[in-house]
Amino acid sequence: MIRLLLPLPVVLPLLAAGASILLARKQRWQRMLSVLTLAAVVVLAALLLVEVDRSGPAVVQLGGWVAPVGISLVADRLSALLLLVSSSVLLAVLLYAIGQGVADGRRSTLAVFHPCYLVLGAGIAMAFLTGDLFNLFVAFEVMLVASYVLITLDGGAAQIRAGMTYVVVSLLASVLFVTAIALVYAATGTVNMADAAVRLEDVPEGLRTALGLTLLVVFGIKAAIFPLFSWLPDSYPTAPSPVTAVFAGLLTKVGVYAILRTQTLMFPGDDVAGDVLLVLAVLTMVVGILGALVQDDLRRLLSFTIVSHIGYMLLGLGLASRAGLAGAILYTVHHIVVQTTLFLVAGLVERREGTSSLARSGGLQHVAPLLAVLYLVPALSLAGIPPFSGFLAKLGLIQAGTADGGVLAFIAVGAALVTSLLTLYALFRVWSSVFWGEVAEVVPDADRQDSLDVGTATTPRLMTGAAAVAVAGGLVITVIAGPLYALSDRAADDLVNPSRYVEAVLR
Amino acid sequence: MTGNLTLALLIGVLYGVGTYLLLQRTLTRVVIGLGLLSHGANLMLLQAGGPSGSPPFVGPGGGGVVGEGAADPLPQAMVLTAIVITFGVSAFLLALAYRSWVLTGDDEVRDDVEDARIARARPEDHHHQHQHVDAEYEL
Repeated sequence: MIRLLLPLPVVLPLLAAGASILLARKQRWQRMLSVLTLAAVVVLAALLLVEVDRSGPAVVQLGGWVAPVGISLVADRLSALLLLVSSSVLLAVLLYAIGQGVADGRRSTLAVFHPCYLVLGAGIAMAFLTGDLFNLFVAFEVMLVASYVLITLDGGAAQIRAGMTYVVVSLLASVLFVTAIALVYAATGTVNMADAAVRLEDVPEGLRTALGLTLLVVFGIKAAIFPLFSWLPDSYPTAPSPVTAVFAGLLTKVGVYAILRTQTLMFPGDDVAGDVLLVLAVLTMVVGILGALVQDDLRRLLSFTIVSHIGYMLLGLGLASRAGLAGAILYTVHHIVVQTTLFLVAGLVERREGTSSLARSGGLQHVAPLLAVLYLVPALSLAGIPPFSGFLAKLGLIQAGTADGGVLAFIAVGAALVTSLLTLYALFRVWSSVFWGEVAEVVPDADRQDSLDVGTATTPRLMTGAAAVAVAGGLVITVIAGPLYALSDRAADDLVNPSRYVEAVLR
Repeated sequence: MTGNLTLALLIGVLYGVGTYLLLQRTLTRVVIGLGLLSHGANLMLLQAGGPSGSPPFVGPGGGGVVGEGAADPLPQAMVLTAIVITFGVSAFLLALAYRSWVLTGDDEVRDDVEDARIARARPEDHHHQHQHVDAEYEL
């Protein structure tokens, strides 16, 4: 059963993407196909998670070639959990995009949107499920090529400018990735991650650290960690709002997953890398949130909070303890949902106000009280106010940090607390200028990306509904936090004992 | 592991030239620079496979070569995959550069929007705080 189940989250969206191109003229069918496919992936991911949680890592050797010769697909608790969360988020954002597309009726770009979105989903699923370093590169490329098209969907001047930055930076990261794979292959003679983990034990320690840090740079660009993040706040805000939302939630997290996977599996117990990660975590958190404080554009502000909160996940990884990793996993799950939700709500706000400028908005709570609630819940959660999921995830990380006891760990915990406070400040600056105050006159931006009816009550129910479902998803994480933390803890236990993963693959 | 010195030097040159071109402001040079860089990375993968061996299955003398004597096929498969990916993405990048040229009339990379805003804001600050400096600035 599991042999059938495991490749499907990758294969189904790819097949559907092909069919979707054929259906380009039949928009209704195209939409239905996308929704059904992603819903099926959600179900598959849930089944996979239950199965993997019960009986350990599941492995499929593609084409019947035994590892390490062939390509292995591996699902353990971490990858199955992230697959479930990300496919649910993909589905919610798809509904939002359909709502917006139906209302705005841009036929030409809509036809391209669905196939690309499905390919993006396939790439993300493959990145989570692959057990092979080169296949991970291919997964990144599948995901990125789809994202190149999505980020430049309208082809306006601002989008092309930002898209160019995005594509060039991503390509450079890909070249570095190929270089890193070549170095790993030269050192170990394999690209299978489990096999490489075994063989890296015989590699001299200095070389091993160098390989680990090279891979950290590669994935650091994708995950937007401290010195490598400046492309993100430049390129994300110009895309159409559903696209920004899904990029914000998922693409950086795939980078975080790759860091988690490679560092714990291939380079475990490396003190140098652990300290480097903690320092980077502190800098990412603090620099990111300081960037967010001074922005006037809502989407740019939120983009800086993505960067900042990647730091929390690095903090958990840098501690390299079971509790730290469990906190990082829970934080990743929480952040995927909450950050996507905030961008979806930002899209709704922009639809009302005709602008994403904070200075030119105001008084939205009088006009759209529901929207105010939809913003407030994920904002409080991101800032880490109890009882929301952000608080619980941060609590886990901070407890792990204080339990570690090192000086760097305490500095990182301090930085995490300060960042959380500053996040609250940044998000409440949005609150006070967009939702409080006088009702602002609606003056649409000249160079807006979404062609939409501004300042009217024509926000489709489907858009608001999808955003509300996403908010509810964040609340669900709060409600099931106990079992979810237990699951994260078991996933972290797998990560600190990489031999289980290795045995499952090489058996 | 033995390596090929000529190949290693070539890889160095490709990385160097590619990085130089990538730092230019003209989009066409950036595209060419990325192409050279990815060639360098592909050769590096090839280099990682070790020295070239005899052709597999049928050796130069007509005898079959399996295992030790044959070249490592895996890096070549990986390089092929990487080349195909780079080809596709380069085509997209060229289309993007063309679109940028259509929209702006030249293929220089524009200043970052936020940077430009800060640069514009600066003389005004000077105006308020140090008017004599501003006067020199305008001269």
